[in-house]
Amino acid sequence: MIRPGDLRLRLVSALAAILLMTPVAGLGPAACYLGLVLALVLAAERTLPWRRLLHLEAFLVLLFLTLPFTIPGETLFRIGPLAASREGVLRVLVLAAKVSGSVLLLSLFFARAEPARLGAALRALGLPEAMVRIFLGLVRYLGLIRAEFARLQDAMRMRAFRPGSNRHTWRSYGNMTGMLLLRAVARAERVDEAMRMRGYAGRFPGSALPPPAAADWLAGAGLVILAGLLLLWDKT
Amino acid sequence: MAHIQDGLLSLPVLAGGGALAAAGIGLGLRQIEDRAIPRIAILAAVFFSASLVSIPVGPSSVHLLLSTLMGLVLGPGIFPAVAAALALQAVMFGFGGLTTLGVNTVNIALPGYLVALAIGGYVRGAAAPVRAALAGGLGAAAAVLATGGLVALSLWLSSSDYVPVARVLLATYLPLALGEAVVCAAVIGFLKRAAPELLLPQTGAVAEAEA
Repeated sequence: MIRPGDLRLRLVSALAAILLMTPVAGLGPAACYLGLVLALVLAAERTLPWRRLLHLEAFLVLLFLTLPFTIPGETLFRIGPLAASREGVLRVLVLAAKVSGSVLLLSLFFARAEPARLGAALRALGLPEAMVRIFLGLVRYLGLIRAEFARLQDAMRMRAFRPGSNRHTWRSYGNMTGMLLLRAVARAERVDEAMRMRGYAGRFPGSALPPPAAADWLAGAGLVILAGLLLLWDKT
Repeated sequence: MAHIQDGLLSLPVLAGGGALAAAGIGLGLRQIEDRAIPRIAILAAVFFSASLVSIPVGPSSVHLLLSTLMGLVLGPGIFPAVAAALALQAVMFGFGGLTTLGVNTVNIALPGYLVALAIGGYVRGAAAPVRAALAGGLGAAAAVLATGGLVALSLWLSSSDYVPVARVLLATYLPLALGEAVVCAAVIGFLKRAAPELLLPQTGAVAEAEA
């Protein structure tokens, strides 16, 4: 009951919940959101995805470091000539809660989802067939291509290549990427031939997904309603 | 680096990015012939893997976007390719976000697509690989800076409080632009010598390498 088992409902309810939380500006609702998602994650997995939580994009760091000083308001503390405002610190806390909550929600819903099932769910939700197949093809071949990259890098290391900030390094990486592109097109040719050999006619056979269970509907709707209530609280 | 997370942008920016991305993906999917789909997917996997390699630039290191190269090799197929890669990163690895998928796709793919349109003719026609590489390098730097500008614009349009950060943000794109220019030039130089037909959009039924 913690999260919908059906991936279609997971996609729709996660998207709706995160969108509903987007306009939230109050610390109360934002903290509630983070607390709620934390509780869900701990109940379902008993551990937190620390690596995901601690991953910060460069601009997020910049944002969190500068907002307290750039938003005008009542001074909370000073560092040298810089005055941090209450409003700015509040804003950072709200943003941090919303960003972390959303990261946790995505991790809870999708980190262990099988890509093939995700593709089927996206197709069932009406995404164009070609888009779904590009997504599935990317997932399918990423492992192979990354292994090929690793082999080429190993080969370079065997020949005493050491990456540094110089022209030789950049050119070597450029040649390596070019080589990979060349091999990828040759591989695509073989894949296409193999698919047609086995009677591929523009469609993969697949049965329609069964309708989601009642419990899934309940869990999905519950999440969206909770997010809606938090938004309502924030706006009143 | 250009992966904006959920919870930062405002609804109108998310909606605008989503609409633009949908238009770009529609354009790309219309151009991709059915039999080219595996090729686009496998090439997308190459660009994704290449962007995971960290390249030393000065005292720091960067992960490349390779958007100009993608624009040259994939044509309008860059939109679905970038969208697929970002979707995978968002749901499987936790970089970027679900609601920001459209904005992030546009921020990365649009400059690559436009720059490739602008320099494509020159790069493909140039007799000397060095000239093609030079044009590609300049284009790649321009595309990266444009991506930085679009990320800053997305933040700025979302809240005026983000403006000071948006300004600083562009400076952090300078090392990336440098690394991107040099590596992209090297790739284009390599392809010009080894497989010039790869610099045409690979969206047709038969690989250009064969034709």
